[in-house]
Amino acid sequence: MWKKVFDWLDERLGLNDIYKNLLDRPEPKGNWWNTLGSASLFLFILQGVTGIFLTVYYTPSPDHAYDSIQYIMEGVAYGWLIRGIHHWGASLMVIIVFIHLLRVFVTASYKYPREMTWLIGVGLLLATLGMGFTGYLLPWNQRAYWATTVGTQIAGAVPFMGDFILKALRGGPDLSALTLQRFFAAHIWILPAALTGLVGVHLYLIIKHGESHFPTRED
Amino acid sequence: MSEVSRRDFIKVTTGIVGGIIGAAIGLPAVYYLIDPALRAGAKEAWIPIGKLENMEIGKPYPFSFTRVQVNGWERTSTSRGGFVVRNSEDPDDLFVLNSTCTHLACTVNWSENDQVFLCPCHDAKFSPQGEVLSGPPPRPLDRFTEFRITDEGALEIFYKEG
Ligand code: HEM
Ligand code: FES
Repeated sequence: MWKKVFDWLDERLGLNDIYKNLLDRPEPKGNWWNTLGSASLFLFILQGVTGIFLTVYYTPSPDHAYDSIQYIMEGVAYGWLIRGIHHWGASLMVIIVFIHLLRVFVTASYKYPREMTWLIGVGLLLATLGMGFTGYLLPWNQRAYWATTVGTQIAGAVPFMGDFILKALRGGPDLSALTLQRFFAAHIWILPAALTGLVGVHLYLIIKHGESHFPTRED
Repeated sequence: MSEVSRRDFIKVTTGIVGGIIGAAIGLPAVYYLIDPALRAGAKEAWIPIGKLENMEIGKPYPFSFTRVQVNGWERTSTSRGGFVVRNSEDPDDLFVLNSTCTHLACTVNWSENDQVFLCPCHDAKFSPQGEVLSGPPPRPLDRFTEFRITDEGALEIFYKEG
């Protein structure tokens, strides 16, 4: 019965082909360092899911941001758990993505034909750091407020363009409701969309080129 | 006992561990989402209206009170009000009308000249008993049916939200 259903679907969707091409790929001999890319992807999805749950109660307005997070932590069943996962997952994701990059560097896997995979990976790291930066402001507490003040100030130190960059990031000369709102938009729409697109191309390239072998003494 | 292949063993353990992790994350997630629905119980209270001796017999006595509701991180206060109408000297011989119009929830006022309740929004008229005399309201004014008189001679009504 199930076999019939599966065969019917497979004939139309090509499930077996998808399985063969995506998951049943040849891999170089197992090495735990090679799992870090998948770990990054898992963390991204985890952040996405917990982030979506947070938006059920979080309010990106100076009047309510702090209170709404207080409410998540104390008022809602398991709110502390959802926020805790998102909070610690954020730091973990930055660390894992960075170690993934180090392993690609150490094994020299960025060389021909994988230069584009590397470049897109750099974009992924920057977008991940951007997620951390924009997310940090959202609780709208003292720490968040001053971290963003300093962070945007640093971006403002760029020669010539600095003042413009500062105002574009803050949505004006000072931190305000506009800053919180645009950081929120970047955090839940713009950067996740960019990350999703980049991850797609990154994975496509990995499937296309296969995984690199570890360099041996001869290389 | 038949041999279990390494591959099958991995499949089964992955399935079991995955299921446990799924439940450990999925159940809290469901509770997180439906939490407000589990909490919002109807709030109720006895609201003091005033001394009975201050309420003239036969003349609607207006009152109002404010309820504060906490919804998550936000509080809303809503004003409610009504009229006490005493029929006779008997302390229990009275009824309490709700001044919220049964049409679209404007607040009705007592007109001493015309001896009717007037709704300013769509010109409805209610009799001193709360019956609809004219206008769009679909039913008479609501009543606070539960009330009590304290030992000090003050009238209190029972208010239930929702
Ligand atoms: C893709 C979807 C994501 C959504 C929808 C999302 C949504 C949110 C929301 C609503 C908040 C505010 C609540 C809070 O501050 O705890 C938040 C906070 C935060 N997010 Fe995300 N997020 C996502 C992904 C990420 C990623 C990939 C990172 C990582 C590097 C990240 C890092 C942070 C940080 C550092 C905070 C501040 C946490 C805190 O101080 O409590 N987020 N996110
Ligand atoms: S609300 Fe009272 S008549 Fe329409």
